[in-house]
Amino acid sequence: MFQEEKITASKEAEAPLGETARIYIMGKSYDVPGGLTILKAMEYAGYRLVRGVGCRGGFCGACATVYRKAGDFRIYVGLACQTGIEEGMYLTQIPFYPAPKPVYDLQGLSPDVGALLRFFPEIVRCMQCNTCTKVCPQGLEVMNYIAAAQQGDLKRVAELSFDCISCGLCVSRCPAEIAHYHIGLLARRLFGAHATLKAVHLKERLEEIEKGRFEEELEALCRADRQTLERLYTERVIEPEG
Amino acid sequence: MVIQPAAVRSRGGDEEGNVVEKEKKLLGYYPGCELRSRARALDISARRACQSLGITLKELKDWTCCGGLVAQVNDNYMALLAPARVLLGAHAQGFKELVTLCAFCFNTLRRAAFFLERHPEARRKVATFLEVETLPQVRVLHLLEALRDSAGFDRIRESVRRPLKGLRVAPYYGCLLLRPAQEIGLDDPEEPTLMEGLLGALGCDVVDFRSRTDCCGSYHIVTNQGAAAQCAQVILHSAADAKADFLVASCPVCQFNLDWSQTGSGNTGMPVVYFPQLLAFALGEPAEALGFDGKGAAALNLSAYAAKEEALRESS
Amino acid sequence: MSLLLSLRRKDGLAKEVAALSEQNLYACYQCGKCTAGCPVASIMDDPPHQIVRFLQLGQTDKALKSDTPWACVGCLTCAGFCPKGVDLARIMEALRTVRLRRLDAPFRYTQEDGEWLSNLPQSAVVAAMRKVTW
Repeated sequence: MFQEEKITASKEAEAPLGETARIYIMGKSYDVPGGLTILKAMEYAGYRLVRGVGCRGGFCGACATVYRKAGDFRIYVGLACQTGIEEGMYLTQIPFYPAPKPVYDLQGLSPDVGALLRFFPEIVRCMQCNTCTKVCPQGLEVMNYIAAAQQGDLKRVAELSFDCISCGLCVSRCPAEIAHYHIGLLARRLFGAHATLKAVHLKERLEEIEKGRFEEELEALCRADRQTLERLYTERVIEPEG
Repeated sequence: MVIQPAAVRSRGGDEEGNVVEKEKKLLGYYPGCELRSRARALDISARRACQSLGITLKELKDWTCCGGLVAQVNDNYMALLAPARVLLGAHAQGFKELVTLCAFCFNTLRRAAFFLERHPEARRKVATFLEVETLPQVRVLHLLEALRDSAGFDRIRESVRRPLKGLRVAPYYGCLLLRPAQEIGLDDPEEPTLMEGLLGALGCDVVDFRSRTDCCGSYHIVTNQGAAAQCAQVILHSAADAKADFLVASCPVCQFNLDWSQTGSGNTGMPVVYFPQLLAFALGEPAEALGFDGKGAAALNLSAYAAKEEALRESS
Repeated sequence: MSLLLSLRRKDGLAKEVAALSEQNLYACYQCGKCTAGCPVASIMDDPPHQIVRFLQLGQTDKALKSDTPWACVGCLTCAGFCPKGVDLARIMEALRTVRLRRLDAPFRYTQEDGEWLSNLPQSAVVAAMRKVTW
């Protein structure tokens, strides 16, 4: 399909090191040093973050941020820990957006469209507005994976939603009130549980455990005294030689 | 390459046994969500039938939902986004015409295109939102008209390997294939002949019955099952009164409503099949690949056909 | 002309419905062909031609309270039958739209409906979500 403009921050617009930039956090203005990420700038401004912060590495999805720029009607998004501040940035974080998840028994479901519709009948309300895609900080094709969910194509949902970090921005803006990341999660789980290759070595290892191959070793460790444990730990093989 | 008359060309060879290129026609194809999941039989049988006739259905890449019925008010631009996206995608992938099978998708796309053509304000707004210069013109076709125009019913008749003689079929159009007549224009809304022509070419005894264009209850199956059952029963009894062996539909919702209404009271045991299933079967495709359900397979009496073919093979 | 005799409504629901549906409500002369062809007329509170009458006479309350727009399946038989070319299906759609925009609809599904919905053809569920719920 044709490409719509993805709204992501550009490196050129960031406030440079050594200069001060004025940013607005939930409507209040702060002058902060350039070169900081949004997260660091909020902490510089005096915020102590206990929600809306996590791995600080762009992976957990806790610090989803929505911002606007002066003179620009568009909504921009990014992860606070990964996005550099810009002069005039007008931001807020979305640490949590309600998206209740139904309880399901994965093994009792079959990997088809019926399973998705049963727990998320709102999938069919999707209007193909593409707001979810525009607002995804990971640049995923969110609308397309919801479309694949409607078609019952679990493999494609799993492929397209793989890098989803469940930040909730799509959920917050969807006019059809869909909770995209829960649907992606169910589809990936169904695909993994029913429709993809099974790990043979995992099965073998589980059989070994059930047969008691590791019982003796575990028992010995449990009975060992502190000195023995310390010795075992310091003398452990970290990487095989050669 | 020797140019042969159409009749011979369709069979893939001439009298001397030379291999002749089948006249290939490439059509953009939009299956719709159902044909990918619940109504796979409709999709598979249509593809096989078309392949057999030298028509290639090229599925659109990355397609999304058609929007599920146009908003029939003049200011609901949001509802136009979904069909507009499909048409844009078709155009971007180089198709000026798009073939659909599901009556819902066909009706939605055709009516949306019609509306957008006649409402410049809506067109402008939708184009602006979708961040494109203009919305392109893409012709939306139904497979029935594509078969009539690209293959021709005469050529289909000549390509039939299993004439469905003695099968009494009731061609059921429902509402979305034909109405509103001035926007859809597929066929006469009260006395259509398209499916009759196709089924007749397959050798069937086409039965005329009163409820050919009645509504099956449509989306009332979701919210008001009593109303849906009432609509469906009228159609089932009408077909049974005309002594039809099959109801032949083109819409997954019609097929579902008519089938579902037979469970419980008012059971007429009427199989509801899709027209491409009969078409593909008549053209020689293997029955087990065409998704006939138990009732359909029984009514078709597949074992009788299998026995006939076995006899033919043994005699040759 | 006295107000009582004038059927033209300058404002109100009739005007809104006429604008949304792009139909001339006053072209209807109550022949009843639409009702005769409607497959669900028997389960409606007020038959289709009666709804148009309510709108023509400015009986807004009756038009808005009726369950007729929700019983309508959008099969367009009425529009095909009308000798004056009034598209009654669009009038019904306009009434549904007016009510939905006022957050007034008979069907509001929850996750509990998921069991039934998961068995149905997606097209029907999509259409139902568009037409009878917000």
